[in-house]
Amino acid sequence: MKSIVYLIIGIFFGIVMYKSEAASWFRIYEMFEFGSFHMYGIIGSALVLGVIGIFFIKKFNIKAIGGQDMSLAPKDKSIARYLFGGILFGLGWALAGACPGPMYVLAGAGFLPILVVIGGALLGTFVYGVLKSKLPH
Amino acid sequence: MDFIIEPWPWYVSGPLIALTMFVLLFVGKQFGMSSNLRTACSIGGAGKVSEFFRFDWKSQRWNLIVVAGAIIGGFLSNQYLSDNTVEINPEVAEKLETYGINSAGDAYLPTELFGMEQLSNPKVLAILLIGGFFVGFGARYAGGCTSGHAISGLSNLQLPSLIAVIGFFIGGLVMIHFLYPIIFNQ
Repeated sequence: MKSIVYLIIGIFFGIVMYKSEAASWFRIYEMFEFGSFHMYGIIGSALVLGVIGIFFIKKFNIKAIGGQDMSLAPKDKSIARYLFGGILFGLGWALAGACPGPMYVLAGAGFLPILVVIGGALLGTFVYGVLKSKLPH
Repeated sequence: MDFIIEPWPWYVSGPLIALTMFVLLFVGKQFGMSSNLRTACSIGGAGKVSEFFRFDWKSQRWNLIVVAGAIIGGFLSNQYLSDNTVEINPEVAEKLETYGINSAGDAYLPTELFGMEQLSNPKVLAILLIGGFFVGFGARYAGGCTSGHAISGLSNLQLPSLIAVIGFFIGGLVMIHFLYPIIFNQ
């Protein structure tokens, strides 16, 4: 039963990614060229609503279904991993024109070369796991 | 019926992304797409090589189902909900032409990179593979991607997420303003 909920969430998310054009390489390029407000509007409006919503969740201690706590654990404090990791991610995001969510959406949309990007992302994840202990965190 | 086929404006799309995050929170989960890549490595046996991949991946099954949904959502959108073209700022499209990318306005993804015939072009394959590699490596190093940091983390006012998002933009701007002229040199 719960699986169906996750599947529906995924389908909804996939449609939103595609229809918003956030899954389009062109929109990512245009964003980094500061050529349109579109992507900033998407991320910005999601963020404003997210900040307001999470503020109220915390203020009124709203629980998830079943009375469990919401998954809002603070992230580990550090600068190096977020900055270096973030820069590497940004280089890839701008080159492939896709971040992890849209990759799956584009695969479903039938753009087979995206499978090369997904293969690269799996390889990158694997290599990070192997090198993890040697990297500054 | 035009509103179905037309792209959705930012003020519709952004709130729907926030809704996705809130629905996941209400069912006790955290919105984050790149962690599925780690899960996939674990399922593939990467735990033999690195401790990083030794975790109970079955606890992440829910997120793999979200991915399955996203794939279906992409299929449905492409087939029934879109004319599969993306209009961008004409000046930006003109600049892309100087890089040999002429499909802005005619396609959803540039045919020069994502057309089927490109699968036999070694330069394009290298671009896609290396781009994907950095996305995967960087997302795990930074502990999240656009969904985990730029949406979930920043919504929760996490300073680490702000640092990561600043990093995303440094990397993206360097790629497009300094490396594109070299990579896509005509």
